[in-house]
Amino acid sequence: MRLTADKLAARRGEDLLFSDISFDLGAGEALILTGRNGSGKSTLLRVVAGLLRPERGTVTWAAPGSDISVRASEACHYLGHRNAMKAELSVAENLSFWKSFFGDFDGGTALSVHEAADRVGLEGITHLPFGYLSAGQQRRMAFAKLLVAHRPVWILDEPTAALDTRAEATFTDLIREHLDRGGLLLAATHQPLGLEGTQELQMTGFAGVMEEAW
Amino acid sequence: MTALLLRDLKLSVRAGGGALIGVLFFMTVVAVIPFGVGPDLNLLSRIGPAIVWIGALLSALLGLDRLFQTEREDGSLDLILMQEHPLVLTVLVKCLAHWVANCLPLVIAAPLLGLFMNMSEVAIGAVTLTLLVGTPALTFIGAVGAAVAVALPRGGLLVSILVLPLAIPVLIFGVSASYAAVQDPAPFMPPFLILIAITMFFAVLGPLGAALALRNAGD
Repeated sequence: MRLTADKLAARRGEDLLFSDISFDLGAGEALILTGRNGSGKSTLLRVVAGLLRPERGTVTWAAPGSDISVRASEACHYLGHRNAMKAELSVAENLSFWKSFFGDFDGGTALSVHEAADRVGLEGITHLPFGYLSAGQQRRMAFAKLLVAHRPVWILDEPTAALDTRAEATFTDLIREHLDRGGLLLAATHQPLGLEGTQELQMTGFAGVMEEAW
Repeated sequence: MTALLLRDLKLSVRAGGGALIGVLFFMTVVAVIPFGVGPDLNLLSRIGPAIVWIGALLSALLGLDRLFQTEREDGSLDLILMQEHPLVLTVLVKCLAHWVANCLPLVIAAPLLGLFMNMSEVAIGAVTLTLLVGTPALTFIGAVGAAVAVALPRGGLLVSILVLPLAIPVLIFGVSASYAAVQDPAPFMPPFLILIAITMFFAVLGPLGAALALRNAGD
């Protein structure tokens, strides 16, 4: 399994936010993006997740026996700033919707809704509407969303925002477990996640105004 | 996909879902007409089908802007766009859920409002039938507008104005089929069949256009 980015460049407004970013991640490897606010971490993650079109470059996903036409985004879980859960529905309803909507990617099985809630330490409150939870609990439940469907790649954008130290430790454990099972991780963060053997990519922000695209 | 359909239906009946808002607005619009034009029963029954159709059109447009906007606000849209399912199919399912939650109640309320307008049984039946086959077209057309305006914070009125020109043919053929059922020389079937054709046409084109707009809405 390889997630490869080749010479990515993305534009925000008129200026290129970054250019010529390449990386190559194999099974069990993690890439941590660091850099100050506005340096393009989230943009890069959204480009890899297929949510923004890159100005140049490609993101490709390759796995043994997999179809070449599989878009990279289909192999990814994306946890952005927003939790993608409905405040009106109960936690269990939210999670079981995403579980059946996502489905499992080739070659993996996922936890049930109950187990996933258990892993993030909130098993007793799945009957509550999501809107009733505190910001930290909501973030944990959003993380549980990654566990209910199998995806080899996790793309996490500031995963530990609004979390206490215990929850951070739980997240680190879950991420480590994911990597041990051969998963890939791409994360943007300010706090160190406490992982060993990760690659780091320092984002520097505006790569300068390049030649006009037209 | 069934999960998406069920979730959208659930959301529409929960707090803030707005499924009942449309039908309440429909009732308000039609119920004030008799007070406005006065108790002239002949006049009421003559304008009845048109008033019921106009009321249904406006109510159907009312909740459309929220179709994709709520998904975008909480980040669900990102995840929906990333999946393997064809986006066109996802949009189609969302349209169907929206129709069942917002437009089907209008169709069900139409006979009652027909009584307000002193319409005959045949006219009531014709209006209900034309609404049943015509309102899906409004949803599919509106989905394109909702997808185009998904990134705009106050897109509600804009969506209605964007899709109104495309919704006019639905209104024209819906009303003319309803009148044809009660007025003798005009045949019922031709406008009714054209109405069905419009619905089927937009059932294909609407989700395609909406999916294209959503893919390009990147922020």
